[in-house]
Amino acid sequence: MQISTGMFAPLKEKPSHQELVRPSITYWQDAWRRLKTNPVAMVSLVFIILLLLFAIFGPYFSAYSYSDQDFDRRNEGPSVEHPFGTDSLGRDQLIRVMHGARISLAVGFVAAITTFFIGVFFGGIAGYLGGRVDNIMMRFVDIMYSIPFLLWVIMLMVVFRELFPATGGGAGLYSIFLALGLVFWLPMARIVRGQILSLKEQEFILAAQTIGAPKLKILFRHLIPNAMGPIIVTATLAIPEAIFTEAFLSFIGLGVSAPRASWGMLSSDALASLKSFPHLLLFPALAISLTLLAFNFLGDGLRDALDPRMRK
Amino acid sequence: MVMLFGIPLFLPVEVAYLMLGFLVRRLLSALFAIWVVITVTFIFMHSIPGGPFQSEKAIPPAIKANIEARYKLDQPLHLQYVDYLSNVVRGDLGPSFKYRGQTVNGIIAERFPISLQLGLLTFAVAILIGTGAGIIASLYQGRIPDYLTMFFSTIGISVPSFILGTLLMYFLSFKWGLLPSAMWGTPQHMIMPAIALAGLPTAFIARLTRSSMLDVLNQDYMRTALAKGLPRWRIIWIHAVKNAIIPVITYAGPLLAYVLTGSFIVENIFAIPGLGKHFVTSIYNRDYTVILGLTIFYSIILIGLNMLVDFAYTLVDPRIKLIGKEE
Repeated sequence: MQISTGMFAPLKEKPSHQELVRPSITYWQDAWRRLKTNPVAMVSLVFIILLLLFAIFGPYFSAYSYSDQDFDRRNEGPSVEHPFGTDSLGRDQLIRVMHGARISLAVGFVAAITTFFIGVFFGGIAGYLGGRVDNIMMRFVDIMYSIPFLLWVIMLMVVFRELFPATGGGAGLYSIFLALGLVFWLPMARIVRGQILSLKEQEFILAAQTIGAPKLKILFRHLIPNAMGPIIVTATLAIPEAIFTEAFLSFIGLGVSAPRASWGMLSSDALASLKSFPHLLLFPALAISLTLLAFNFLGDGLRDALDPRMRK
Repeated sequence: MVMLFGIPLFLPVEVAYLMLGFLVRRLLSALFAIWVVITVTFIFMHSIPGGPFQSEKAIPPAIKANIEARYKLDQPLHLQYVDYLSNVVRGDLGPSFKYRGQTVNGIIAERFPISLQLGLLTFAVAILIGTGAGIIASLYQGRIPDYLTMFFSTIGISVPSFILGTLLMYFLSFKWGLLPSAMWGTPQHMIMPAIALAGLPTAFIARLTRSSMLDVLNQDYMRTALAKGLPRWRIIWIHAVKNAIIPVITYAGPLLAYVLTGSFIVENIFAIPGLGKHFVTSIYNRDYTVILGLTIFYSIILIGLNMLVDFAYTLVDPRIKLIGKEE
């Protein structure tokens, strides 16, 4: 048999069965594709984006400020100048609802971010180190869990109210951030720990360990990115919880202080004059209910999209 | 035969020992949790600048003398703590810091029964209506009763109790004049607060029951039961519901917590003279000794009841692990 150099030339064509029919997609693209097919979650997402725009830019288009009082026009119903009416001090209800949206969304997002960082760090360390460290860390979480988080938040707010008197721009808002941040990470820590516990037994972690990757690198580069789905769902669901908690605190007089307006405070003010001026309740009530609904739906949708195994 | 309070338990002795070990461990951890909560609350209240425990504020001298004597303010902090703890152990939660002659124990004795009524009523409504609606929805999956249940439960989950309560009050008492808008005493007074408080847990339980029932209804043993010709009511109630109800029992703990914190709001809206309203009032009044005492009282109740729920759960669901840590 004659051997010619031509026989060693590479084949021109790849066998067709090896060609990718479709471009490969990442986990996140796949999740986004699944989320897009969920109409309820998409409507909620659009609602949340509109609400964000309303809260951020709305106040710039208003002729009033949330603290402007007009004693000649108190407790008015909706009109052209005041689409949501005015409150008992003649303040424009629309700008106050917008301002409430700013506070509620700020509380929600700050809570989600602190939940994310503290919970992931705490749960990640406990789950990865395991053993006695895990035992002590999770016992701490269990004890915090033994009374409702609202009771902790109320206690913290009672203390912070005196430690950091509400003055100037913050008006109690930073105390709320701090109180929520100190408590809200608990469920996240549990979930992250559970994920890490099951992930760390898998082969790719063994592989990383055998090539001598440092522990922290394994935790933050290999374990936590793989637990990102449940982490994001938990952080998203912390947002409505935080918004509700802020409203709750404002309602019992521990929230932001006047003249600032939050949705809970507006509802609580409306209760005082409910008999004569029920319209004051309508818009804050709608705003808070729709927002909680939207975030809960989005969270459920994200759970279905990011982690099909968690689907209920 | 293993006996519990004279009642024979049909359990092997080994399992009974495991259960006993579980009960003892659970009891110890509950006591530890209560101790931590007391300690943390004590430290919180003492860290308040200008609070009762470091007060130079102008309060009536008689009360001031009372407080100083009662909390041994002239002694170092750790002795104050030991003294407070031993008082709590003896069941004495201390005097009010604002009102002369009021004690936390007195406040609890007077007001807790009212909150307890509201709480029990809420519990009953949430569990009965929630599971009922969930069962019906699951039996009519994809038909009108199912859609109605899911629609109302979605609303129920997203409308906070204070909005629901305020709306009920506006329509049912101010607009239509059907029910009294405030206070407590007659059954008419209880309707709106119970609905406002029960709205969210009812909705949640309905969803939980529905999904759990759907799981069970698709199991093979349901087909077996049908194939061997059991009557429909028996299949549903004995075979399906009994198994599907277990997740609802796990929700009892969170439900307790919800009813308790929810009472702070609902009792305020409807001016119900219960403990929740007083707790909020003492927050407004900065009555720190009462806040401290009531927080401890609430914690003991919650931790104790949650422990009972855990015990009940081990009796109901034999699959629960009795050994090792609860996960």
